Amino acid sequence: MTEAATEMAVDTAIKESAIKMRGTDVSVFYGEKQALFDVNLDVARNSVTALIGPSGCGKSTFLRCLNRMNDTIDICRVTGEITLEGENIYDPKIDVVELRARVGMVFQKPNPFPKSIYENVAYGPRIHGLTNSRAELDEIVESSLRKAAIWEEVKDRLHEPGTGLSGGQQQRLCIARAIAVSPEVILMDEPCSALDPIATAKVEELIDELRGNFTIVIVTHSMQQAARVSQRTAMFHLGKLVEEGVTDKMFTNPETKLTQDYITGRFG
Amino acid sequence: MTPSAIILIVLGLAAIGYVLGRQRALKTAQREGVKLHSLSGYHGQSVALFIAVPALFLLAAWLFLQPVLIESSVSGRIPQSAIPEGGARSLVMFDVRRIAEGLNQIVAGGDVSENDLADMRADVTDVRARLAEVGVALGSDVSPIVLQTAKEYRATDLTASFVRNIAVLVVALGFGAWALARIRPGLRARNISETFIKALLMGSSLVAILTTVGIVGSLLFESISFFNMYPAKEFFLSTTWNPQFRGGSELGILPLLWGTLYVSFVALALAVPLGLMIAIYLAEYAGSRLRSYAKPAIEVLAGIPTIVYGLFALITVGPFLRDWIAQPLGLGSSSSSVMTAGLVMGIMLIPFISSLSDDIINSVPQAMRDGSYGLGATKSETIKQVILPAALPGIVGAFLLAASRAIGETMIVVMGAGASAQLDLNPFEAMTTITVKIVSQLTGDTEFASPETLVAFALGLTLFVFTLGLNILALYIVRKYREQYE
Repeated sequence: MTEAATEMAVDTAIKESAIKMRGTDVSVFYGEKQALFDVNLDVARNSVTALIGPSGCGKSTFLRCLNRMNDTIDICRVTGEITLEGENIYDPKIDVVELRARVGMVFQKPNPFPKSIYENVAYGPRIHGLTNSRAELDEIVESSLRKAAIWEEVKDRLHEPGTGLSGGQQQRLCIARAIAVSPEVILMDEPCSALDPIATAKVEELIDELRGNFTIVIVTHSMQQAARVSQRTAMFHLGKLVEEGVTDKMFTNPETKLTQDYITGRFG
Repeated sequence: MTPSAIILIVLGLAAIGYVLGRQRALKTAQREGVKLHSLSGYHGQSVALFIAVPALFLLAAWLFLQPVLIESSVSGRIPQSAIPEGGARSLVMFDVRRIAEGLNQIVAGGDVSENDLADMRADVTDVRARLAEVGVALGSDVSPIVLQTAKEYRATDLTASFVRNIAVLVVALGFGAWALARIRPGLRARNISETFIKALLMGSSLVAILTTVGIVGSLLFESISFFNMYPAKEFFLSTTWNPQFRGGSELGILPLLWGTLYVSFVALALAVPLGLMIAIYLAEYAGSRLRSYAKPAIEVLAGIPTIVYGLFALITVGPFLRDWIAQPLGLGSSSSSVMTAGLVMGIMLIPFISSLSDDIINSVPQAMRDGSYGLGATKSETIKQVILPAALPGIVGAFLLAASRAIGETMIVVMGAGASAQLDLNPFEAMTTITVKIVSQLTGDTEFASPETLVAFALGLTLFVFTLGLNILALYIVRKYREQYE
């Protein structure tokens, strides 16, 4: 194979060793209604994968399958296989609580607990028994807040309620809260949709930095955001995966007409 | 003419007024060739309101004041000699009212004319037998003076009622004519109706507020006359409750307050943990099918009359506790006890706590749960560390509402806890509460104006202040909680 051809192959598919999570023939049903149809999608290690598509296309549903948040919905049923480091997460032997510690989640609307900023971040490490002393816990709280780029803003008010922060600060607090349990993967469900442009810029910058330590999957409605923060993009439509690949290529030279129309804003 | 007939007439006039107002509005608009400011219906409505509301308001006020005024004027005319030894003027007045009523019925029966009635004399006719025929039974023969007063009472009443009827009709017609006469196409009848309706609604809420003020006022008034007869310091600080028929009573509130708080404490100690656990189960664990059956089933408990709970305490719980716990442990041999009343009242309070807490837990946003589950927390960790702290202020509110309900509860305590006022720590002893003593002091045989009776008002006032305080606290906490997620 020529060098150029190898590069092409790297461009379109992830190397086997770089796969963090892999979804195979994933279908999701809400009662009788099927929301996701045989989706095959890989998530690359230490990169940002963006899921895009019009509302109701199933991208959030797929995201919530990755840490089994759909289990909290009674009528939801998932078929197919999703692996994390080669291990099927829907295997009955898997402890869902442990899985969610490895695959953390940040939600659309900032949802800090009605506790102090410190307690919000310390919540995860506490329930998982990650620390032995108060000093260690303090350290985790500080480093998580630092990684979430909010430490400087809150270090003097750690014991004030987290709900008293601004929307953007709340969202970064939620990210710090997710980081504190040192997950391997962080799922973000439209993390900036409730934020103003300045707060959005800060969170996007943060996502880019976090890529070094975590694997990130982000659902977004903003094409610019997907283009700015992600390395790979997957386009969903009507519950099906339309196209996936390297972000740059997808935004400059999409394979399908549907993706092109969506990206250029002609529908959706 | 009876008040109900007058009401019907006024309403009839209002209906006519509506039609006339509408027509007049349409006609004037047509004649002047202008567009009406308001729809013709509003013109009709404002005329109807002007006819009905002031007239009915006058009628209500008159009906309320007339008996009071007549009573005081007639009662003054009874000479002291006509009042029997040891009796009260009010008792004689009671007879007067009954006789006047009986005379009305005799006349209505038709065989005695007004003139015959005027000639009727107590020493000639057997008034008592005559009244018995129309269903008014009297305890003794009617004295001439009482009959005379009754006749006066009746005459005044008839005149006053006649004047009342005229006045009401004049007001209805007067306001109606005025409202009808001022109809112009430019009249803002729509706004007038609006203002009128607002005033009407405000008046309604005023009734509730005034009633509360009245109740508190009468409590306060009677309490003051109690404290004039009995030292307040004794009442609040004495540890003995021992009312006597012939004066020299010791009326210390402390044993009653202790009983009240002890019974409430036992009740809440049962109801709060159980109710809270039910609420958590229903809100977080139970499926929606089970929940839709279980919740109403538990709320049925709240619909059981407290007297039925009382029976349950008296017949089942009391003897059971005595035979199986109190006697074997040597703690007492009474089937009425703080424990009996407390446990039964606790069961009554369960639906209060569980239902309110369930609503509050449900109103904790799903985002809180998702956030916690997303960090790998289990269900019970989420409930303990996120949901309950978030719902706590609301749950405290529910707790306080249940507490004020427990403190004011009467029937269960009467039947379950007994009536002996004592300060004791043993929960298997009979004790009593403020509410029970209010009942027994007011239904006793003692004279009304004695401290033994009036103490009931002081007790009631204390209880009122207590529960009012709890309710205000509960409202404050619940309101504060509501702001948290907005």
